[in-house]
Amino acid sequence: MNELIIEAGRSERQYWRDLWKYRELFLFLAWRDLLIRYKQTAVGIVWAIIRPALTVLALTMITKVGKLPTGGLPPALFTAAAILPWQFFAAALSESGNSLVINSNLISKVYFPRLIVPASSIITSFVDFLITAAFVTILLFWYHFLPPIMIWWLPVFVLMVFVVSLGAGLWIAALMVKYRDFRFIVPFIVSYGVLISPVVLKTSSFSGAWRLVYSINPLVGIIDGFRWCILGGLNTLYWPGLMMSVLGTVLLLTSGIWYFRKTERTFADII
Amino acid sequence: MSDYIIHVENLSKYYVIGHQRRKDDGLRHAIEAALRSPLQWWRHRKQSIAKEHEEFWALKDVSFNVKQGEVVGIIGRNGAGKSTLLKILSRITEPTSGSIRLKGRVASLLEVGTGFHPELTGRENIFLNGAILGMSRVEIKRKFDEIVAFSEVEKFLDTPVKRYSSGMYVRLAFAVAAHLEPEILIIDEVLAVGDTAFQKKCLGKMGEVARGGRTVLFVSHNMAIMRQLCTAGLMLNQGQIVKSGLIGEVVDNYLTVEVSCEGHWRRADPLPKEPGIYFESVTVFNHRNEPAGHLDVTKDFTIEIKMEATDIIRKGQIALGIVNKEGTIVLTTCNCDAAREYTPIEAGRHLFRVNIPGNFLAPDTYFLRIASHAPHIQLFDLLEDKISFSIEDTGSLRSLFRDERRGVVQPLLNWTDEHST
Repeated sequence: MNELIIEAGRSERQYWRDLWKYRELFLFLAWRDLLIRYKQTAVGIVWAIIRPALTVLALTMITKVGKLPTGGLPPALFTAAAILPWQFFAAALSESGNSLVINSNLISKVYFPRLIVPASSIITSFVDFLITAAFVTILLFWYHFLPPIMIWWLPVFVLMVFVVSLGAGLWIAALMVKYRDFRFIVPFIVSYGVLISPVVLKTSSFSGAWRLVYSINPLVGIIDGFRWCILGGLNTLYWPGLMMSVLGTVLLLTSGIWYFRKTERTFADII
Repeated sequence: MSDYIIHVENLSKYYVIGHQRRKDDGLRHAIEAALRSPLQWWRHRKQSIAKEHEEFWALKDVSFNVKQGEVVGIIGRNGAGKSTLLKILSRITEPTSGSIRLKGRVASLLEVGTGFHPELTGRENIFLNGAILGMSRVEIKRKFDEIVAFSEVEKFLDTPVKRYSSGMYVRLAFAVAAHLEPEILIIDEVLAVGDTAFQKKCLGKMGEVARGGRTVLFVSHNMAIMRQLCTAGLMLNQGQIVKSGLIGEVVDNYLTVEVSCEGHWRRADPLPKEPGIYFESVTVFNHRNEPAGHLDVTKDFTIEIKMEATDIIRKGQIALGIVNKEGTIVLTTCNCDAAREYTPIEAGRHLFRVNIPGNFLAPDTYFLRIASHAPHIQLFDLLEDKISFSIEDTGSLRSLFRDERRGVVQPLLNWTDEHST
């Protein structure tokens, strides 16, 4: 029979094993969030199409009216390829950021590795992401646009946006337990982020050193990557910027896990 | 040591209470302080925490062992540390120091229906709740029919639980929990829910679990259930173990020591100098005007409060609450209830008397909570659980008819019958 030892500051050793042991709970929580997501809504899952469709429409209009450069691509495709990762990041950040506080009754009454909560809440956003991806595919058909061979690199960028969202989500979730201020900060990040990330902008509009500075935001490299994979052509990859993104992504995840683990033991006491 | 399934050594846990919210909670203050003088903020960070916050030891140096198959009842007043102990044992919160060794799978049930989601159906909630309590999907599937049968909600399995009555909800929730099969089961007071018939069923199930050789830790305020279910007992007071042993001994000890029913309290230290109203002594008198801790259920009694106002208090109030053993506040009464406005309390000594009628409180043990304050302004003095008395059953309705009456009051009411044929 295995022996469990509880001591101050000792949980580390069993933690990762527990995380594996509780993998079913991870799936159950994700399943629950999916089940309840569109309960008591009139059009249900259609919302997952409506939201990106309207966003693409609005941003396409901005691009057209403002005559912003799209590299010769149809503005609708140009923005849709960016909306795909951006919307996932925005939704995942809000969902996972709020997840611990929403599930506070679980936190204060049952034990399980708390990492499961923000991680599983991202799954719902990921399902929405897949639906948005289907929508983008339809758009591509509409414009008779065949994605280039680079499309096979897309999973790499999907993984990157997933990791960025998880990393940032862990930070926000852990901070939110103590500082509910983040309830107000997150919507701000989301609405401000769409402006400073290259959703309507084209990264190549920046020149030289400024482009590198701009790439500090890890989403810059990711959104460019999505454009490169889906639309190819003139959207050449900017390697220094991409490397910055990869670095930022890894840094965000590791620091997110570190901070989450550090504060996790006090969650039940202060939530 | 090897034959113990739970081995707890010098377990302590402290919480920071009191001024926690005043200064450095909230992001704004943290940022503000850091921006104003970064160096000072960093240097004083640790000190200010110690200064501003008050430590409260919820558990202090608790050590005990539990053998395989024992059912241990944990007894103690509210705030004695029972819940904290269960929370540490179930790994929800970490101890401050000390260690616990557990051999085997632990499942804890600190609340009925943790993680139930109102929008999901009964069927979906069984799976979700099972997973939260630590069951695997295969295990839940295997026991699904058993759980449904136990809960008696077959017909509503595909209805969202938000449409359930509270009784159905509790039955379903307990049914899931009752089918856990851990080596160690930790249960907080969860049986105080549902109707009597279902409570009996739950108790039966718990007895079954206990006889099945599993180790159970159990918290309840109901001494009858404790005696019936447990084999060993553990009594906590202010975070420390004051008695452990066979359940009978521990329960007896609890009833005699904790609930001494003296019906009297007197201030030991000198009165404070600040303006305010401070209690000197409180005494309970029976209907023959003798100081007493045990009172006849059919007779009235008087509570006498001696106090001194060190200054005139313009809007002062004396409030008295009667709380039963379960912690339910039976009533609250104030000196200015009849006047319907706050009356000034003159400087000097006062003696308040409150008469409580007979045939009113049900037989039980009660505690007094007495406060003197200026409402919404300042609390001067507070006596909490310092004075206790018991209402004794002396030929009351309960014993006369030998039925189980429920309720915290037991008034003698007039019944009329307009009969016609």
